[in-house]
Amino acid sequence: MTKVPIKKRPRNLSLDMLSRYDLPLPGKVSIFHRISGAGLFLCLPLILWLFSASLTSPESFALFTAVFATWPAKVVMAGLIWAYVHHFCAGIRFLLLDLHIGIEKEAARKSAGIVFAVSIPLTLILLGVLL
Amino acid sequence: MINRIVVGAHYGLRDWIVQRATAVIMAVYSVVIAAVLLVVRPSGFEAWQGVFANGLIKFLTFLFFVSLFYHAWIGIRDIWMDYIQPVGLRLTLHVLTAAALVGYTAWAAAILWRL
Repeated sequence: MTKVPIKKRPRNLSLDMLSRYDLPLPGKVSIFHRISGAGLFLCLPLILWLFSASLTSPESFALFTAVFATWPAKVVMAGLIWAYVHHFCAGIRFLLLDLHIGIEKEAARKSAGIVFAVSIPLTLILLGVLL
Repeated sequence: MINRIVVGAHYGLRDWIVQRATAVIMAVYSVVIAAVLLVVRPSGFEAWQGVFANGLIKFLTFLFFVSLFYHAWIGIRDIWMDYIQPVGLRLTLHVLTAAALVGYTAWAAAILWRL
């Protein structure tokens, strides 16, 4: 019986190697799902503060609208809206994969494309409506 | 097909299910609240506050926030487990994450039940 050499796992890739690695589309959906989730988590204090200000009193509501009208706030909100929409669309794809829907390679690549094809226009529409 | 027999305390399986259940709750809430706002079209403070002062919306919004924080706990815990190797630092980050999320839950409740 021939012995098969055991590969060392897990393999840790350096950031330099990662930056040169051409991730397939489903991989891009996945890493953006993680990045958007982490970004949303880090901004939770800001989101809760805005939500609180918008609901507490007419004065705090005025402060909320004043903050919302500034360019730095608009840039941050644009990022958060993208993060929410991408996380939402990619999340639905992952739920379908969990139900064993579209798990073949071709179908999975196609659904990854659909995630971007839906999330990017939807983000732009929401930016137009909300900001 | 791999038939894996899951034994032990099932914490991993439970979190896996909770992550997905909370995701579904948040997805449904997102669609519902978007539809409500499209119908009501609140303009100004009074109307905006009125939407969230409604008992059912208040309950659903709080359910959304609790789902969000539990979902975030599992996701952020996974990120720390993947990237932070030193055990002491990882444990510290886990504790800080959980503490922040418990605090956010109280904050969300305070915002909603002031209305």
